Amino acid sequence: MSNKVIHALYNDDDVLLHAVKETRDAHHHIEEVYTPFPVHGLDKAMGLKPTRLAICAFIYGLIGLSFGTFMMYYIMIVDWPQDIGGKPSFSFIQNMPSFVPIMFEMTVLFAAHLMVLTFFMRSKLWPFKKAENPDVRTTDDHFLMEVALNTDEESAIEFFKNTGAVEVKVIEKQL
Amino acid sequence: MYTFSKNLKTFAIVLMVLGLVGIAYGFFSAPKDIAEVKQILTEQAHHDGGEHHVTAADHSVADSADHDHHAEHVYGQLKNKPWTALYVGCIFVMLVSVGILVFYAINNAASAGWSPVLFRIMEGLSAYVLPGSIIFFVILVVSVMGGNHLFIWADPAVVEADHLIAGKSGYLNVPFFLIRAVIYLAGWNFYRMYARKQSLALDASGDLTYYKKIFKASAAFLVFFIVTESMASWDWIMSIDTHWYSTLFGWYVFASFFVTAITVIAFVTLYLKNKGYLEYVNTSHIHDLAKFMFGLSIFWTYLWFSQFMLQWYSNIPEEVTYFIFRIQEYNLPFFGMLVLNFLLPLLLLINTDFKRLTWIVVMAGTCIIAGHYIDFFMMIAPGTVGGSWFIGVPEIASLMFFIGLFIYVGFSAIAKAPLLAKNNPLIEESKHFHY
Repeated sequence: MSNKVIHALYNDDDVLLHAVKETRDAHHHIEEVYTPFPVHGLDKAMGLKPTRLAICAFIYGLIGLSFGTFMMYYIMIVDWPQDIGGKPSFSFIQNMPSFVPIMFEMTVLFAAHLMVLTFFMRSKLWPFKKAENPDVRTTDDHFLMEVALNTDEESAIEFFKNTGAVEVKVIEKQL
Repeated sequence: MYTFSKNLKTFAIVLMVLGLVGIAYGFFSAPKDIAEVKQILTEQAHHDGGEHHVTAADHSVADSADHDHHAEHVYGQLKNKPWTALYVGCIFVMLVSVGILVFYAINNAASAGWSPVLFRIMEGLSAYVLPGSIIFFVILVVSVMGGNHLFIWADPAVVEADHLIAGKSGYLNVPFFLIRAVIYLAGWNFYRMYARKQSLALDASGDLTYYKKIFKASAAFLVFFIVTESMASWDWIMSIDTHWYSTLFGWYVFASFFVTAITVIAFVTLYLKNKGYLEYVNTSHIHDLAKFMFGLSIFWTYLWFSQFMLQWYSNIPEEVTYFIFRIQEYNLPFFGMLVLNFLLPLLLLINTDFKRLTWIVVMAGTCIIAGHYIDFFMMIAPGTVGGSWFIGVPEIASLMFFIGLFIYVGFSAIAKAPLLAKNNPLIEESKHFHY
């Protein structure tokens, strides 16, 4: 089985979006698109499934809220009750308003940090990871679409030239 | 072009008539003299039974002068009750229409590209600012001229006996109060008329100088508005609890009516879309309105909590009594309002896809409108009727009357101009707006 792929490079995001639609209509399989910045609507054009990161964020927020509540309960009520400004800490519910900022911050902290970590793991980005993008120009001003080659080379190159690519290469992919 | 449908017109008129009947009933059923109040109080004591018998027995020990004093106090509160019902409904609906006008001004000043397809709805609904502020001003004049006892600082006898209020009389006095009210209301109405005129002229001619005029007027209005709104909220609401003050009260009131205003825009948009108008409004526009509802609900909660927490924590008598009284006497609306204004909108609208579903937006919006009416009631009623409050016939009738008038005036104005501001330079962007 061939593991050849086509790298089609574009220099405009609108042209790229259009090309992605044409490629999908022609039943080519898009493996990946590398862009220097997030392109609005690209995920929909590529037919990617909607992200579930938001659901994770909500759950992390709830964990953070529970942790913040438990933490303040343990610190201020159970472990070391103090009389602060005439408000003795014997009851959680009566002191709750002063814990709200901490509970809120814990919610945000957990939701934000765990969401970022989840995103890194999900996109397989960890320390010392080697860059995956095949062409350095995708970090500057070019957009690269990687497509599996399943027809003959000549007609495929012709097809991608017609979608507005500034450069089309056939690459033997290292597996 | 929209035509004000017969059904909706009838509905608005029925609301107004029922509202008027209810308001009249409120005034008619208010006690006429102290004897009537004493009778009500004895009936209440008999009805309650159990625990209250002990207090009733205690009262009989206390001298009858104290008893008379209490009856007189309750008499004052019950006389204020129909006025409070009228006042809360009037100021709430009037400020909501002002909020719609402000949202229109913000979108114009920001040159927002998503919203111009909704401009005619905002222009139409803000037509209520004029009749709303006239009725409101009449009620203000009656109130400070001694027609009722909503503003205790307007009563010379009270000011004489209270040196704290006397110290504020340089600002809180009847002539200056009315002059300020005229300035605020006239300014807001002037902007509304000016912007509407330029908008129609822009539509007729396509001359972009009119667009620039709206832009400049909107920016100037927003500056004028945020100063006057803050002062208006001190004058019309905070001065009812004359001893108490909060430095973020203007923002708090603004957040409350602004989120309601955007909810009303969303409701009317959904209604008109449902009737087959507004061909260019898509779910992304609804999504954006729902984002505002969601975000501003959280903003309101942030201000509510900031106001509450600092005063609760510092526990200074002249500040904290405001909240102690509300928690003791208004426990259910005080905490219920947090559920309606924060918890339910938060949970209903947090999901991206939910913000596009009509029934979710309607459900969350209903919570927001009900919750913020209660919020306004909670800002005003404790200072005017004290513990003798109830959201009953007069309160709901007053809301019905003003909502009926709002629908009548708002939809009549919507029907007067095409629903699409077709020569707005950003209209193409708005038509193709997608998320």
